[in-house]
This record gives sequence, C-alpha cells and structure tokens, in this order.
Amino acid sequence: MRRLFLIAVPYLWLVALFLIPFVIVLKIALSDVALARPPYMPQLDISGGWDAIVGFFAALDFENFVFLTTDDLYWKAYLSSLQIAGLSTILTLIVGYPIANAMARSAPEWRPTLLMLVILPFWTSFLIRVYAWMGILSNEGLLNQFLLWTGIINEPLTILNTNTAVYIGIVYTYLPFMILPIYSALERMDDSLLEAAEDLGCSRFTAFWLVTIPLSKNGIIAGCFLVFIPTIGEFVIPSLLGGSQTLMIGKVLWEEFFSNRDWPVASAVAVILLLILVIPIILFQRNEQKQREAEG
Amino acid sequence: MTQTVFAPWDDPSEKPLIQFKNVTKRFGEFTAIDNQTQDIFEKEFFALLGPSGCGKTTMMRMLAGFEAPTEGQILIAGQDMSNVPPNKRAVNMMFQSYALFPHLSVWENIAFGLKREGKDKDTIAARVEEMLRLTRLSKFAQRKPHQISGGQRQRVALARSLAKAPKLLLLDEPLGALDKKLRKETQFELMDIQEKTGTTFVIVTHDQEEAMTVASRVAVMDEGKIIQVAPPSQIYEAPNSVYVADFIGEVNLIKGRAVARKAEPVATPAVEAEAAVAEAVAPAPAPVDGPQPNEMGEWLQNKLLFPFLGKRDPRPKRLPPPAPEEKSAPAPVTADAPPPGGLALHWADGRPPIIATNGDTAMDGETVTLALRPEKMAIAKTKPDTTNALKGKVIDIAYLGNVSTYHVELENGTMVRAQMANTRRISRRDITWEDEVWVSFSETSGVVLRD
Repeated sequence: MRRLFLIAVPYLWLVALFLIPFVIVLKIALSDVALARPPYMPQLDISGGWDAIVGFFAALDFENFVFLTTDDLYWKAYLSSLQIAGLSTILTLIVGYPIANAMARSAPEWRPTLLMLVILPFWTSFLIRVYAWMGILSNEGLLNQFLLWTGIINEPLTILNTNTAVYIGIVYTYLPFMILPIYSALERMDDSLLEAAEDLGCSRFTAFWLVTIPLSKNGIIAGCFLVFIPTIGEFVIPSLLGGSQTLMIGKVLWEEFFSNRDWPVASAVAVILLLILVIPIILFQRNEQKQREAEG
Repeated sequence: MTQTVFAPWDDPSEKPLIQFKNVTKRFGEFTAIDNQTQDIFEKEFFALLGPSGCGKTTMMRMLAGFEAPTEGQILIAGQDMSNVPPNKRAVNMMFQSYALFPHLSVWENIAFGLKREGKDKDTIAARVEEMLRLTRLSKFAQRKPHQISGGQRQRVALARSLAKAPKLLLLDEPLGALDKKLRKETQFELMDIQEKTGTTFVIVTHDQEEAMTVASRVAVMDEGKIIQVAPPSQIYEAPNSVYVADFIGEVNLIKGRAVARKAEPVATPAVEAEAAVAEAVAPAPAPVDGPQPNEMGEWLQNKLLFPFLGKRDPRPKRLPPPAPEEKSAPAPVTADAPPPGGLALHWADGRPPIIATNGDTAMDGETVTLALRPEKMAIAKTKPDTTNALKGKVIDIAYLGNVSTYHVELENGTMVRAQMANTRRISRRDITWEDEVWVSFSETSGVVLRD
C-alpha cells in the first residue's frame, strides 16, 4: 500500500502537470480558429448532454496538421531549429568540456568556488542576461568598440540580429547545463587512472582520449541532451538576438499564438514539436538509467 | 649444485639496476626526499617501509616518472631517467587504488599496455592469456572491474602491470585494500610471481609485517631519509637505531647509562678453580683458615684417641680439585657472574646494571637505549638464574591466542612487555594480574642503541 502510494505521487504529478495540459493543447490543435474568446471552436459544453459531447468530438479534425504540411515555413522552421540546436550543442560541448575538465582537475579547495562561479549567472534574470548580450554584440556595442580600439577591425562587425548572435546566446545560456554533468562525471574519476594509462605507454593525449573521454561519456550525453532539448524550442534568444532570417520553431509558435492569434495552428506546431522532442528525451532517460545501473 | 644466498648488495662486482644518486625532492618548502643515495639490484624484492608522509611514495613515483627529482639523478640500468617520461620507461606500476579502467573488461585492461606498443593481435592475445593464467583470472576475462571481488581486482592490476614484462615493477601499497587473511595469501602469491617472472619488484608499504614477509631487503624510511637498509632478519634483530627498532615489530626500550665492561674478567669461578688446582699440586704450609681444634681437643686426639683415629691432618678440609673437563666447561651464567665484555647498562639507581653484549663499547658513558623484543624476554614468579633479571609487577595481560603479552611495571616505573607462548591452556596459567614477577633475558637478546 505504502509502495503504491509512493509510486502514485510522481505519476499524479505527471498527470496533473504534463498529461492534462497536453490533452488541452491537443484539443485546441484539433479545433478550428474562431473570432471568439477563447479564439477557437468548438467549446465543450457538458450541460448539453450526450449529443453535445458527440457533436464536440465530431467537430475535431486534423485540418491544422494538414495545414502545417502545405506551408513550407513550418518544416523549414523545424529543420532550422534542429540544425541550430544541434550545432549549438556541439559548440557548447567544445566550450564546456575543457572548463569542466579544468574544474575537475583543480585543487579540491577551489572546486566549490569554481562550481559557484558556473552557477552564478542564474542569480540574475535570464532576460536581463540576453539583453546584456545585445549591448555587447550591437554595432556600437562593447565588443565592436574593443575590436576597433585594438585596431583588429576598421568597420564594426554585424553580429547582433544574425544567427551568430543566436549561437553565442545559446552557448552562453546553456553552458552550465553542459558543464555540470560533465564535471560530475570527471570529478568522480580517479586521477591515478590517467597515471596508469601513461605508465602503460600512453601519451598525455592518448590517455585523455582512451580514458578521460570514455569515462565522461555519460556526462557528455547528459549535457548534450540538457542543451539540445530546450534549445529546439528556444524562443527568447532567437527573437532578441536573432534577425529576420533566423528561423526557429519557438519563434514561429510565438507568432502564431500572439501575432496571428491562431491558437489551433500554434497548438498543432507545439504538438509536433513535442513529438520531435520525445525521441531525444527517451534517449536521455535511457542514458540516465544505464548510468544508474552501471553505478549500482 | 651449490645453493647461493641471494645478496647482490654484498657483491661489489654486481651492477645495480636502479641507482638513486644524491636525490632530493622538494614540494615547495617541504622536503620529501632529503639527499638520498641508494642502489637496488636486479631480481630484488625491495621494500620501502615507513609511516605515511615519510617519502616512500615519492621515491616510487620518481621511479615511475610521475615526479622528477629536484636535485640528483636516478639511473635505471645505467641510463639517466631525467628526461624520460613515464610512458617511455620500462617500468610499470601497480597502483594503490589499482586504477583499473572501469570502462574496460579485465581482458582489455590487461591488453591496454600491449596495445599501446602496437603489437599484433595474436601476440597480444597470447600474452594476455598467459597473464590471466599466471594470476588465475581466466574465468573473469570478460567481466568489468566492478563485477569482480577486491582480491581479483588486485590480481588484475598485477597482471596488467606485468603484461609488458617490465624491468622493474613498482607496487604502491598493493595489498592495503585486502582483508588480513587474503593479504597473507596474496603476499606469498606475489613472492611466487616475482620468482617466476624474475622481475625486480619495489614495494611501498606502511605494513612492516608485509615488508618483512615479501622483501629481500627492507629500507626503513623516516622524514625523507632512509634510516636502514637490510634484509628483514637484520632489520629485526639488529636495528641500527631506536627508530627502526621501534618501527619494526614490538619492542621494549630501556634507557640507561652505558658503562663498558672489561673484556678480561677480574675474578671468575674458572680462575679461582685454577688457583685451587695449583694449591693442591704443591701444598702450601698449613693454612689456618679451616676449623681448628682447641687445646683440649688436641690433647685428647694426640694422647688418647690416636691409636683409633690416627694422626690429625693439619691441613684444612677442602673440596677435591675440579676434574679437567669441569675446568674447561663455560662458567655457569648466573646473575653474579655474567661473561666478560659488552656493556653494563645502569638503568635504575640501586639496581644491578643490565648486561648486554650487542652494542658498541665506544658508547661508554653515554645515555643509551636497550631495545629488547618482547618474545626474547621470559617471565617467571621466582628469580631465574640468568644474567639479567628485573623485578616487576604484572599490570596487564593481553591474551592473543597463541601468545600472551604481559605488561610488567619494573621497580623504577618503566613498563615492559614480555611475550610468552601459551603452551599450556589458559586455565593453567599461573601468572596473573598484580603478581610480583621476574622478567629475565640473556645478555645477547637485546641491542644497545645510541639515542
């Protein structure tokens, strides 16, 4: 009984915070747009009795999903999102891994401080930090001023409102999500393993490649998913730092909801996005499970 | 075939495999190794023994190449190792934590070093199989390190470090993680493997029993210095300092002032006996030291009783002179008559000094320490007939099964431990707490050391 209760708690949590909202969104996606409040049809009216319920379900259709395939904006946005998310994940890994490695190899008394420094940006609002990047990356921004002053460039670089700015923003924002799991994997690693590898004939580099990388594999996988999954649906960074050519599904979604007030199409976009994300989420969960089994 | 004792360190023509030449290692302000010179020979099983922080691990890490000496030189097979990185040395190390690669199977762990050498697959497979057989791990080849027991992991680590057939194998506290029984078994296994492979082993340990069991020579270290290097029996029986005596096994340390004893005795029973023989051969004029009759007695003897008793012999009555074999027998060792030479240790006021023959007579007049092993002391309720017998009181008895250790407080308050084999059942033991006892030991059982 007690066990059943313990298992029930997370399931109730999932039902209340995931399944019910998802059903609502799915229902809107199957509805039609309407000039009303809320801006879609049909509305479920239980007081109308059995007929009303049957009529309600009859009015639902997959029209919006069909519509998504007719306009190439949507699948292009999906592809572009996947591409941006994929590339930023790789960039975050390239930037984050050396940081995590350096932290894990630093003197133990320094580690809490370094860890805090990684988490420190979370203490300020995400929005403010992205705005700060606008100040840094704009034509008259700090970066251009600095580069002009050093004489490296004569003309200010156009970074803001390009995909480059989006990548910078994403890498900056999601870096801690990459560093932390890799750090925790590397920190557990016994330093003598590297010495043993060297002792057995490895150079520093091959020791890193044959020992450090494989042993931090689970951390790398976890970090990549933690960056990749939220980045696909990222909306704030592309809309603030990106330009008109930056095509990301999160931005499309936002525009459908708030500019076009087409809730059913927006919901359909969201449902497809979720279906796309289910795959990496399942893979992520499987990785976590495997890791736990390996440790247990 | 003559059995030769393995002692290359005593042979000046033997070339050492490893040479430490005035090696100093500092970590910032801290001096880990202080100007040490030491040779280690081929096929030796050399133990570096000392408490934690004595520099033994640093010595080993310098051999492996993980640390470079601040000053001095390390030569392996005559080659200076200064600029040779760990992966270019014919030295392998077995780590204290074993450092097995958790993502690789037992087989892959053992093959790791061989693969780095770029050997072909068949050679690697054959060598790994050989190592698995040597360490009796064939059954576990495909397991991951976390799927095998501690003892098996230890053997994998050994197999992995031996796979490349190194000239020198370093073992860093290799048995520390094993329980006592397994450790003992593994010690003998290690010796066996060392003998089979003919590899030179250098082992670092803080466990003196382990060092004594496995090593051909033990180097006792303290604060970055090697205090004594000797085979285990010498380290135990003839420590060169109080530190070594105290570090290796249990020891009683009795302080006192040394007085050199004359090599030729002043008066011994043997000399007295000789004088007596001389007297017997050529009788001197009647000495008057025996009991003599008074006047009345003499009159009675001479005038009345001489027909029956004969004339009185004026010489005093004496024991017959000793037979020649009796004369050449060593003087009986008694508390009153120890053999000549050695040192007398004045350890307490008003008590007879302790006589010890193992000690430099040059220490005459100095304050010295007598190191005595508990098992070389006997304990009895009555005063025994030995050179040294000290009176004391039993304070504590530690029953260890095969032996019992008696903690005895001597009359001057010094605590000593005497160990006796429990040859009788415990219920038959006649010495108990608070008993007045005599702790005795021969003049050769202890070693007198400078402070």
